[in-house]
Amino acid sequence: MNKTFIAQNPSVLWFLAFLGIFTVAVTLLSEVTGVDVISTSFVKTLGKTLCLCLIAIAMDVVWGYCGILSLGHFAFFGIGGYAIGMWLMYARTEGIVLDSLAGQALPATPQEISDAIGNQIFGVVGSAEFPMIWSFADSLFLQLLMVVLVPGLLALVFGWLAFRSRVTGVYLSILTQAMTLALSLYLFQNDSGLRGNNGLSGLQNIPGFEATPQATISIVFFIASAVALGAGYVFFAWIVSGKMGSVIKGIRDNEARVRFLGYHVESYKLFVFTITAIISGIAGALYYPQAGIINPGEIAPIASIYLAVWVAIGGRGRLYGAAIGAAFVSLMSSWFTGGGAPDINLGFYVIQWTDWWLVLLGVTFVAVTLFFPKGIGGLFDYLVRKPE
Amino acid sequence: MSMLLEVSGVSVSFDGFRAINNLSINFAEPELRAIIGPNGAGKTTFMDIVTGKTKPDEGTVIWGERNISLLGMSESDIAMEGIGRKFQKPTVFEDQTVRQNLAMALKNLRGPFAVLMHKKTAKNGVRIEEIAEEIGLLGSLTRVAGELSHGQKQWLEIGMLLAQEPRLLLVDEPAAGMTVEEREKTTDILKRAAETRAVVVVEHDMEFVRRLNCRVTVLHEGSVLAEGNLDHVTSNPRVIEVYLGRSHA
Repeated sequence: MNKTFIAQNPSVLWFLAFLGIFTVAVTLLSEVTGVDVISTSFVKTLGKTLCLCLIAIAMDVVWGYCGILSLGHFAFFGIGGYAIGMWLMYARTEGIVLDSLAGQALPATPQEISDAIGNQIFGVVGSAEFPMIWSFADSLFLQLLMVVLVPGLLALVFGWLAFRSRVTGVYLSILTQAMTLALSLYLFQNDSGLRGNNGLSGLQNIPGFEATPQATISIVFFIASAVALGAGYVFFAWIVSGKMGSVIKGIRDNEARVRFLGYHVESYKLFVFTITAIISGIAGALYYPQAGIINPGEIAPIASIYLAVWVAIGGRGRLYGAAIGAAFVSLMSSWFTGGGAPDINLGFYVIQWTDWWLVLLGVTFVAVTLFFPKGIGGLFDYLVRKPE
Repeated sequence: MSMLLEVSGVSVSFDGFRAINNLSINFAEPELRAIIGPNGAGKTTFMDIVTGKTKPDEGTVIWGERNISLLGMSESDIAMEGIGRKFQKPTVFEDQTVRQNLAMALKNLRGPFAVLMHKKTAKNGVRIEEIAEEIGLLGSLTRVAGELSHGQKQWLEIGMLLAQEPRLLLVDEPAAGMTVEEREKTTDILKRAAETRAVVVVEHDMEFVRRLNCRVTVLHEGSVLAEGNLDHVTSNPRVIEVYLGRSHA
């Protein structure tokens, strides 16, 4: 079976080979080996980019293959980030608090320790109490479970309500935007229990590895992100090949026909929506320790729209296209907005890319949609001749 | 012959327009039946009701030996009960090969997890080839359905219905846009299919209906106007009036 799977999906081997070479090359050129051609901060950028590629292929499965234009998948990404962030922040604060209390003559009671941790974490929003949702924050295992469970359950409930009512097309897109907006607005509140607009910070410091330099930590997360992307790629390639792929592409192309063939279309949509939400959550859990901070702005509606733009530019309906689109556009974005691109002096006006990048991106998006619907990934069609 | 589907006293209105008006019609198994009628007679609405797409305002639709009501069942559940439907426009999955189209339709478990774990079996392969031969597409199994001619797409869709192994096949204007030879072949496929199951063909084209050589039901304004063999119904003065007495002539 494996043989036929690879034979049917030659892109999997190519993708894994490329990803493997890339990962090894970056590791060798990083600070860890002493070569130091690639700075630690750029390793982090690359690692984050791999996580964005992972959510992009999830987006491609739900949109490019199943035809559901979800504009809310970054909500799941953010939830994954918050879930891991809670443990990172709790465990690290606990370490600091225990250290500072260690010198006392009387050992601190558990209540005192808890209060001190609460004060450290929630002082910024004028509170010291641990909200309910932090109940499991002391357990890495349970928080990792949350990374998977919370996005999965939210997608399951949201999808069940939406698909059952046969909400499709642009209406579904609007609903998903509303979902991510509502979540973001909720998290902005100070009493949401997740530090309001401060978000969770210091996530790059991994509890128990205080002595480990960031260079090493960043490479570990980079490799972990690469492994997750590779595994996610194989997993999604498996889902969209074979009969499952036939059915979900059928739903994209003609929902009614699939229904009259006897398939319960809503179950399939729910399955695809939920599984991609879970993978998005995992991608977020790997992203934010590398970013170091997460706040409600991360899951603003615009983030999910960018995600759709990446997939469209990379090429819908092909997994490598989505990954290329996410990597290309997000790296370009940080280059342009980070002052990497030189300003263009027109004499009467200076084009500053920090302002004009969005215009360029918008024009590119419109041009790709109109003239190159297959996106960047479509270029590979010219390289590979279709077997008859 | 036993009764397979009993539609009785069914009415449905859209915004005050009565598309189906106290319609009663039965089908046996096996049977080949043609339904004719002018535009707006309610032919497509009738199919929508039987396949669960439209809910009627009143009436009953009873199916099979166990006399279950199809009203309130979802489209996919009705399809799994054994009712296949072919649309007027050929609706095949154009991005996928003929084999993939047929494999998707093949009678197998339909749940997402069963489908995800689905493995190709020799039995299914043989079945796909049998159907492909039946519809004359054995040589085109690896072709993408979008490349097929109009007639071939129609056959592929009929083939997909056969792959579902339905007991009742509802076929909406299968001969539309076909050449004479293609029509003949379509007639043969439908006639053979009707040897073991109920096949209901909705058609405008009298010549095609004549070739099917079967019992004909004439629908008009949402109810049955006449029923019998083609010569019998076409000599019915009411039918003549409906078909010829108006702007259709």
